[in-house]
Amino acid sequence: MSEKTMTINLKIWRQSNPTAEGKLVDYRVENVSPDMSFLEMIDVLNEQLVHKGEDVIAFDHDCREGICGMCSMMIDGKAHGGYKNTTTCQVHMRLYKDGDTIVIEPFRAQAFPIIKDLTVNRGALDKVIMAGGYITASTGNAQDANAILIPKPIADEAMDAAACIGCGACVASCPNGSAMLFMGAKVSQLALLPQGKVESAKRSLNMVHTHDQLGFGNCTNHAECEATCPKGISIEHIARMNREYLKAAFTYYEKDRSEGGA
Amino acid sequence: MPINLESKIPAGDLKDKWSKHKFDSKLVNPANKRKYTVIVVGTGLAGGSAAATLAELGYNVLSFCIQDTPRRAHSIAAQGGINGAKNYPNDGDSVKRLFYDTIKGGDYRSREANVYRLAEVSTNIIDQMVAQGVPFAREYGGYLDNRSFGGSQVSRTFYARGQTGQQLLLGAYSGMMKMVSKGKIKMFNRREMMDLVTINGKARGIIVRNLITGELERYAADAVLLCTGGYGNVYFLSTNAMTSNASAAWRCYKRGAAFANPCFTQIHPTCIPVHGDYQSKLTLMSESLRNDGRVWVPKAVGDKRKPEQIPEEERDYYLERIYPSYGNLAPRDVSSRQAKYRYDEGKGVGPTGQAVYLDFRDAIARDSLATIAGRYGNLFEMYQRITGDDPYKTPMMIYPAVHYTMGGLWVDYNLQSTIPGLHVLGEANFSDHGANRLGASALMQGLADGYFVVPNTLSHYLASNVLEKVTTDDSAFKDAEQAVVLQTSRLLNTKGKRSVDEFHKALGHIMWEKVGMARNEKGLKEAIESIRKLREEFWQDVKVPGDTGNFNLELHKAARVADFLELGELMALDALERKESCGGHFREEYQTPDGEALRDDDHFAHAAVWEYTGTNSSPIRHKEELVFENLKLATRSYK
Repeated sequence: MSEKTMTINLKIWRQSNPTAEGKLVDYRVENVSPDMSFLEMIDVLNEQLVHKGEDVIAFDHDCREGICGMCSMMIDGKAHGGYKNTTTCQVHMRLYKDGDTIVIEPFRAQAFPIIKDLTVNRGALDKVIMAGGYITASTGNAQDANAILIPKPIADEAMDAAACIGCGACVASCPNGSAMLFMGAKVSQLALLPQGKVESAKRSLNMVHTHDQLGFGNCTNHAECEATCPKGISIEHIARMNREYLKAAFTYYEKDRSEGGA
Repeated sequence: MPINLESKIPAGDLKDKWSKHKFDSKLVNPANKRKYTVIVVGTGLAGGSAAATLAELGYNVLSFCIQDTPRRAHSIAAQGGINGAKNYPNDGDSVKRLFYDTIKGGDYRSREANVYRLAEVSTNIIDQMVAQGVPFAREYGGYLDNRSFGGSQVSRTFYARGQTGQQLLLGAYSGMMKMVSKGKIKMFNRREMMDLVTINGKARGIIVRNLITGELERYAADAVLLCTGGYGNVYFLSTNAMTSNASAAWRCYKRGAAFANPCFTQIHPTCIPVHGDYQSKLTLMSESLRNDGRVWVPKAVGDKRKPEQIPEEERDYYLERIYPSYGNLAPRDVSSRQAKYRYDEGKGVGPTGQAVYLDFRDAIARDSLATIAGRYGNLFEMYQRITGDDPYKTPMMIYPAVHYTMGGLWVDYNLQSTIPGLHVLGEANFSDHGANRLGASALMQGLADGYFVVPNTLSHYLASNVLEKVTTDDSAFKDAEQAVVLQTSRLLNTKGKRSVDEFHKALGHIMWEKVGMARNEKGLKEAIESIRKLREEFWQDVKVPGDTGNFNLELHKAARVADFLELGELMALDALERKESCGGHFREEYQTPDGEALRDDDHFAHAAVWEYTGTNSSPIRHKEELVFENLKLATRSYK
């Protein structure tokens, strides 16, 4: 742990509400310890703003240990700063030098309207999940857990996909503003598991349809999402989703049936 | 109305109580369920599983979360695993053994009947989560894998890498999203509960702040479920998330819900130490590391050499020395206390002295670097990201940190508080963990309460009470809202000189020093005085910029800290009155000659239940005596 402190120059996007015009504002933070986290540096700046009686910089954050998915920010143009397998809250100032200038902007995507400053509305991701990102297993129905055998490599691959924290970095990094990696991870997790196969076809059709309606773009294989994903989720899951979708588009047919009975 | 602490534990054999109780409970018929509305505050494992299950049953659910989506509730950060008495490894586990381990781990300060039920439904939870697609770790044959955790001699912990909490929460969340899409759950994100509304003595609604617009909103219902987690952030630094707070529970306390055992807090032994006053939170390093890491400090006071330069004979592997049979896997409360003793002796390491080493040198030499990397690689990476040190080359530095609160709102066997209609689930209640929680049991309790307990007990409440129709135009809603408006305006108009965080840090310092790992009468009395003084200063000198009409983060924090400043005092008072040591509550006056906790079962085998009596009068301490019919009270020993 080092004792030398730094001075950091910041250019931060300030926007008071969804419809106001925003702009980059210059700030300077002194005595930044290399052991501080990136968000702790912003805490220090916000304390300065409080003492000046100014509105603090609004940014999303919660667990500060890289798992809740709440923190966001484009740091020098990269989601979460672009460090491998790292969320913004886990970026530490020892990665920067005295006198550096850092540009901080919100995640930008058509489907993520800005709320204030660096805070955006990522509610569209919940809507994608609502369209089928679940297994219909109401409480009380379950059989014994070991009645379903799942080969370890399959369980491990499902876990790789399930590690998604729903931060939206994939959307913010994609030139098309696509949420295909987010959605692919969920479709793939559930398609891999036997419990999820029952609803697999309907799931992929509904989720993809909803995704497109919400203003997310399509995937054109830039793979920026994979490069930026703080949980290292592979675009192979997009490929699996595409296969599921294609299969469903050809084969899925649900006859309209009345549910009434004697 | 006098406070009613009837536990409503059903009569009969321990193992039959829950099934008998379910049969004796009244039901709401399927066609009538849609006539009821239930408010669920919080979307962690308790709130998420309750909301999904109640909606599946047909109730109309209004669900509220403080984050931008229910999937971010702090249950997500749990790493290690979830206990379930499945006995898949055939190593002698049973419902009874999980029950026994939990009561003993809690140092005999929890209710037998509640804990037995928890152990009983633990197996259903594992089934349910697998059905929902939680990718638990598996063996090559496809069966579920188990590992062991502190405080038990069997392997009953199910896990999904180091992200078990995340996977379980996403399971509960996906169940919720299914019911949101069907219109049975109405989801309200970025809302914070500001008050509880009671009408004719029953919980009938809540006042919330829309955190984005700043507006106050009113919601009415037939019952309220509080699933808002614990209050560890009263210490400012803890492993809790930044928005984890006690306000919802505290407002309920001030509306008449009794608060039980507020001084029971869990301080987890293996966290990354504090390294500066700018620090915002502490990060846990999983308990599992103690399977291979050896904890030590230098034998000499003030030895500032690098750890690699300290020869073997000059190191004190103090857990192995003091607890030869449990060694580095001594339970959380005991390990934390021993780390503190080393600091007190001047043998702590690192720049602040508030750290001890957790060393993998011998494990790497024994099992190879690749093996250790396979077990803990992700944790080592996380450690290096935060501290800049490489634990493969130099020992980790760790120190205890506030992690969990066993105390909470008092509930009966039905999880109902002393306010009819207000049910409290998960960490927010006090019911199952006594004075110390075992690892991998928090996830189990949250899901037990939400999936399996409250859906049964709530129907009994709804079916056996006449609930007249109420609307949000009722004067009770108006009055409650007005109180929030007044408090908000006071916070904004104090226009003092000190920020909210400055007050929160000052409170945290008092709590950690005097209501932390070791407590004594003098310190607790000083803490109460200091907190009162700090609270007065807060209301005269706090500075909250901005106004109510928008996303004002400083205002949100200010309201939470105002409540922490009251809760902290109650915690100190509870610690002062509990003149014994048990679990995480260690009173220096009550210890054995070798520094272990000394319980006083003759005078303190009870839950201390606090009743609020007003701003300017002292709360009243009631007792719920704990009856042990199935287990004998015994001294915990790990030597």
